[in-house]
Amino acid sequence: MPSRRRAASSGVALLLSLASVAACGDSGGDGGRTVTVYAAASLTATFTDLAREFEEQHEGVEVELSFGGSSDLVAQLQEGAPADVFASADQATMDKLTAAGLQAGDPQVFATNTLEIVTPPDNPAAITSFADLAGDGVNVVVCAPEVPCGAATVKAEEAAGVTLSPVSEEQSVTDVLAKVTSGEADAGLVYVTDVTAAGGAVHGVPFPESGEVVNTYPIVVLEEAEDGELAQEFVDLVLSDTGQGALGRAGFGRP
Amino acid sequence: MAARERTRAERPVGLPRWLYVPAVVGAAFVLLPLVAIVAKVDWSHFGDLITSEGSRAAFWLSLKTSAASTSLCIAFGVPMAVVLARRQFRGAAVLRSLVLLPLVLPPVVGGLALLYTFGRRGLLGSELDALGVQVAFSTVAVVLAQTFVALPFLVVSMEGALRTAGQRYEVVAASLGAGPTTVFRRITLPLVLPGLLSGAVLAFARSLGEFGATITFAGSLQGRTRTLPLEIYLQRETDPDAAVALALVLVVVAVLVIGLARQSRGVL
Repeated sequence: MPSRRRAASSGVALLLSLASVAACGDSGGDGGRTVTVYAAASLTATFTDLAREFEEQHEGVEVELSFGGSSDLVAQLQEGAPADVFASADQATMDKLTAAGLQAGDPQVFATNTLEIVTPPDNPAAITSFADLAGDGVNVVVCAPEVPCGAATVKAEEAAGVTLSPVSEEQSVTDVLAKVTSGEADAGLVYVTDVTAAGGAVHGVPFPESGEVVNTYPIVVLEEAEDGELAQEFVDLVLSDTGQGALGRAGFGRP
Repeated sequence: MAARERTRAERPVGLPRWLYVPAVVGAAFVLLPLVAIVAKVDWSHFGDLITSEGSRAAFWLSLKTSAASTSLCIAFGVPMAVVLARRQFRGAAVLRSLVLLPLVLPPVVGGLALLYTFGRRGLLGSELDALGVQVAFSTVAVVLAQTFVALPFLVVSMEGALRTAGQRYEVVAASLGAGPTTVFRRITLPLVLPGLLSGAVLAFARSLGEFGATITFAGSLQGRTRTLPLEIYLQRETDPDAAVALALVLVVVAVLVIGLARQSRGVL
C-alpha cells in the first residue's frame, strides 16, 4: 500500500515536471517582446554579438537565436517552427523557403563567403595550392555535395580543373573542421570565416580559384513574424554599418 | 503443497486496472512515430528511392559492419561476462560500471574517445602508424565505433543469463573430473545460449542504428564509412522522401532481426 502511494505520487511529480518544462518554453511571451532569429551555423558568433547589440538598443526586447544547418532550419520552418527572421548560408536554401511562401518580403543579401583550404597548424602534407589536395596520400575531407559547402566544393573543383578523391564527405563544414583540428585529415575545404573563427587551431591556405565560387547569405523577415516591424529592425541592424563591421571582422565579404 | 499450487494456478493474480492507462499511453508513444513514418513514405517512388546506388551501398555496408561488430562483441563480450559473473575480485563492481559506460555515454563522446585512442594523433596512433595501419576514415573505424557502443548490450544480457543459470551443473561437472575448458564448452555455454542470442541480437540492432560515434570517428564516404543512418541523415538535406524511405527500411530490418530471434529461440 505505501509503495502504491509512492508510485502514484512519483507519477504526479513526473506530470508536474513535464508541465513546468512545457511552461518554460512559453515564458518568453510574458512582458517583453521577443524576436526569434533562425540563422545559419556559420553566423553563430556574429549574430550572437549583434543580438546583444539589438537588445541594448531596444529596451525590453529579447532576441532568441537558433543556429543550425540552413537546410535543417528551413525544414523546421516548413513544419511550422515559430520564427521571425531567417538568415541562410546560401541562395539555394533561401529559394526553398521562398518557394514555400514563408517570407514576408524579398530576401536581401547581407554577406558573402568563400572557400579556403584548411590544414592542421603544422600543415603535414605541405599543401600550398588547390592542386596539392589531389596529391597521392593526402587525406582530404570535404562537405558532401548534398550540403551547401559541398556544392561550393564541387564548383571549386570545376573552376580549378582538379578532381579530388576525399577520404570523407562530411555533413557540415564544422564536421570538416573538426576532422582537421583533430589532425585526422591533412586538409579540408571550409569557409574563410571558419578559418578565422578557428584561430591558431588551424592553418589557412587561400587559393585563387575560390573567387569563382562566392556564397551569398540572404536574410528575410518571415510571414509568421509576430512583430514584423521589430523583425525588420533586426534585419536593418544586420545590413547597417554596425552589422557589416561585425561580419567583416568574422571574415565575411560585403555583398 | 500440490493442492496449494493448484488453487494458485486457478486464481491468477489480477492486474490493477489503473496500470493499463500508462501502459497504453507508453505503447502509443512508441508506436505512433512508427505510424507517422509509414504515413510519410512516398510509396509511388519507394522502389526507386531505396534502390539508388547510394542507398544500396549504405544498406550493404550497414549489414556487413553490423555483422562484423556483433562477432567482435561475442568474441570479447562473452569472456568479459563470464569473468564478471563467475569471479569475485576487488574492484569488480567498479569494473562492471565502467564496462557498461558506453550504454549511457552519448555516442558522440564515444566517437571522440575512440578518435583520441585510435586516431592518427591518438594514444595508439603512432604505434598503429608504425604498423602501417590507418584506422580513421576506414570501414574498420565504423566497426570499432559500433563494437564500442554495442558491447555492453551483449555483456549485460550474458551476465544476467550466467547468474540466472547458476553454477550447480558446473560444480557437478567439475566434481566428475571435467576440466575448466570442458565445463565452459559443454555446460556453461549451452546453458546460456538463449541469453547469448538475445545479447547478440541487441548488439546487432544497436550496431545497425549507430550514428554519433561513427560520424565523429569514421567520417562519411559512400561504400566505405557511410552506413544507413548516416545516409538517411545526409539525404534528409536534399531529398527528404529518400530519407523517409530509407528510415522505413531500417525499421523493417530491425523488426525482422528482433522477430526472427524471438521466433527461433524464444529470446528477448
